[in-house]
Amino acid sequence: MKTGDLMELASRNLREALLRNTLTTLGIAVGVASLVAMLSLGVGLQAFASQRLERTGLFDSVYVRPRQSAARPGGGGGGFGRQQNDDSSAVGGPDEIRPLDDEARKEIAGLPGVIEVYSEVHFTAQASLDDHGQLTTVAGLPPSSSTNDAFNDMEGRFFSSPDAAEVILGADMSQSLAESANIAPAALLGRMLTLRFPQRQMRPADSATAAPPKPPVAGVASASGATAMSNIGMGFSIVPTEKTFTIVGIIVSGDPGVGPGGLGGSGAYIPLGLAEQLAPVQGSDLREVMDESSASGSASSGVRYASLTLRTDGPSSVASVEAAIKAMGFSTFSLLDVTRNLRLLFAILDTLLGIFGSLALAVASLGIINTLVMAILERRREIGVLKALGASNRDVRRLFFIEAGVMGLLGGVFGVALGWFIGRAIHFGTAIYLKRQGVAAQDIWSVPWWLAFGAIAFAVVVSLAAGIVPASRAANLDPVQALRYE
Amino acid sequence: MTTNGAAFEAIDVSRHYRMGDTVVRAVDSLSLKIERGEYIALLGASGSGKSTLLNLLAGLDRPTSGAIFANGRDISAMSAEELARHRSQTIGIVFQAFHLLPKMTLEENVELPLRLAETPRAARPARVREALDRVLLTARRAHHPAELSGGEQQRAAIARALVNRPSILLADEPTGNLDSKTGEEIMQLIEGLHHPASASGADAAAEGMTVVLVTHEQGLAERFADRIVTISDGRIAHEERR
Repeated sequence: MKTGDLMELASRNLREALLRNTLTTLGIAVGVASLVAMLSLGVGLQAFASQRLERTGLFDSVYVRPRQSAARPGGGGGGFGRQQNDDSSAVGGPDEIRPLDDEARKEIAGLPGVIEVYSEVHFTAQASLDDHGQLTTVAGLPPSSSTNDAFNDMEGRFFSSPDAAEVILGADMSQSLAESANIAPAALLGRMLTLRFPQRQMRPADSATAAPPKPPVAGVASASGATAMSNIGMGFSIVPTEKTFTIVGIIVSGDPGVGPGGLGGSGAYIPLGLAEQLAPVQGSDLREVMDESSASGSASSGVRYASLTLRTDGPSSVASVEAAIKAMGFSTFSLLDVTRNLRLLFAILDTLLGIFGSLALAVASLGIINTLVMAILERRREIGVLKALGASNRDVRRLFFIEAGVMGLLGGVFGVALGWFIGRAIHFGTAIYLKRQGVAAQDIWSVPWWLAFGAIAFAVVVSLAAGIVPASRAANLDPVQALRYE
Repeated sequence: MTTNGAAFEAIDVSRHYRMGDTVVRAVDSLSLKIERGEYIALLGASGSGKSTLLNLLAGLDRPTSGAIFANGRDISAMSAEELARHRSQTIGIVFQAFHLLPKMTLEENVELPLRLAETPRAARPARVREALDRVLLTARRAHHPAELSGGEQQRAAIARALVNRPSILLADEPTGNLDSKTGEEIMQLIEGLHHPASASGADAAAEGMTVVLVTHEQGLAERFADRIVTISDGRIAHEERR
C-alpha cells in the first residue's frame, strides 16, 4: 500500500478511537513537556552563566607576564604561580628573560586574533570633590570594558574617548562622596573630581642611561616639593600630581574590573589610555625597585610592564594566541580551562535533567504500547479482512507504525508547546521571587530550536520504538484466526 | 505436472491442527483440480473441512503438506508478500459474515482493495462505481454497513471482492446469514458474475469468472454449480459433475 493511503487509514483509525488516542498522545505530550522543561532550564542556566562570564571578558582574554628568572630568590613576583603556562624550552634558557616592553606589546598586538592589548593600571589616589576628600583606588579601563555587565544599569554613561578626562565612580565611592557633600549620588554626575596621586617620572640621563622623560599630560599639575621622593636610587622619580576629571557615570551594581589582574573593587575608573599617560606609581613599581636587575634595566630600556592583558576576537582564538606569545618568550594565563570545566559541568547537568525528563516519556511510551495492543485486539478482525483483501504483513506493520508515529509527532509538538509554557511559568515565577528578593530578574530558561526539534524527533523515535512489538504482532496475525475473532 | 488451464490444482494437500494432544485433520490428503471458468461447489457438513480448503486455496492458510497451484503458480511455496499480492490481484473473497469495515462507507469499503493493490487514485472512483453498479448499490455508496440490510451488505461485500477484477471468486457460505429470498438474490448475482449473459448481460469483464462456492445447502449447490464436490472429514467423499 502506498504511504499516502496508509497515512489516510492511520489517521482514520486514530480518529475512530479519539478519546483513547488523545489521552495516549497527551501522555506523550506530558513526557515531552517534562523533558523540554528540564532541558530548557539546563540550557538556559548554561547560556546565562556563559553569557555572564563571557561578558566579563575573562574568557577571551590572555594575561601575559615576563618569564620568571630561575635565579630569582624566592621566585615571587613574576609569572602566574601554579597556573601559569610557562614553557622554558620555548626561547633560550632561564638566563635569557625577555622584558615585557613596548616592543613586545606591539608584537603581541600584531598577532592574528588579537583585538586589544593593554596594561593594568591600578593605583591609589586622594579623591576630592569640592572640599571633601577621601583615599581611594583608581583603575584604568579599556574601551572594550563598555560591554561589561556592570555598565548595564549604571547611571550616566561610559567614557566618551580612551583619553577623556572622565571618571566613573563605584557604588560605595559615590555613596561616600555624596554623603560627604550632602547630595544625592545621582547629583554627582557632571561634577568635577580631583585625583591626587604619586606620578612616576623617568630620571634624567645623568643618572640612568637613555630613557627619555614621558611627555607632559595636558591638565596635569605637579605639586611643589615634587622632588622630595625622587632620588632613592631607582630608575625613576616619584612626583605628587593631581588631575581633575568630570564624573560621567556611577556604577549601581557589579564590578567592571574583576579579573586575574586583581583590579576588582576600585572606587573610581578612568580611561585606560589616559591612565597610562598619567603614569601613576603602582604596586608593580615597588617590585621593580626590589628587583635589582630591573632597577638598573628599566631606565635603560624604556617602559616595562609587569603584565599585559589582551583581548582576542573570541574564546576560540585564545589557544593559538597563547601559543604564539609563549613562543615569544612570555608566560601566559587564560581561563580557557575553566570554561572547559564549566561546559563539562553543564553537560553533566543537562544529561541528568534529560534523564529525569525522559522518565516521563518512558512512562508515556508504555501508554503507546498499551494503546496499540488494545487497538490490535479491537481491530483483530479488521486486520484479518485487510489481509484477506491483499494487505501484506508489511502493510499492516507500517499501518501500526504510522499510527504510533503520528501519536508521537502530535505528542511531541504539543509537548514542546506545553514545555514552553511550563518554562515560561517557571521563568515568570522566578522573576517574581527574585524581584521580591531585590534582585533583577534573570533569564535562566531557554528553548533553542535544536531542543524543540530534538524533543519532537525523540518523541517520534520513542513512539516508533514502542510500536515495534504491537506492529509486529499485528503484522504476524493469522488472517484465518483474525477473521474468526468475535 | 500439468497445471495449465487450471485455476487451482491441489495435490495431496493436508492441513492438520494440533489441539493439545489431538491432531485435527481438517484437510487430509486431498487432491482437486478446478478449471478456469468453472463454477464449483464445495458441499459438506459443518466441520467437514470445506472452509479450511477454501482458506488454503485463498492463500490465507498454508497446507501442512502437499502443493496448491493457482493459475500455474505454487502458492504453498510463496512468501507472505507474494501471497498477499496473489490475493490482491487474482482472488476475490466473499464471507458469510460480510466482514465490511463498519466505520467506512460502502464506497470506502469497496475502495479498500484498490488501495491495497496500489491502483492510481484517479482510476479508483470509476472502478468503485463500476463495482457498485454491478451489485446495484450505487445509490447507497455513502451509507455505512450498519445502515444496510444483510442482503445489501453481502452485495457490497461482493462489490468489494470484484473491484480488483479478479479471475477467481471464492465465496464462503455467502447466504449463510441471509433469509432464503435474499440468499437467492445473492446466488443469482454470483451466477451473473459467472455467466454474465444470464444476468444483466452488460458486463464482459466478469465473463468466465471461476467461482468456488462453499455451502452446506445441497439445493443451492445443485442449482448453480457446474460441479459439486462433497467433503467429509477433510477428504473428498463424492464428486458430481452437472
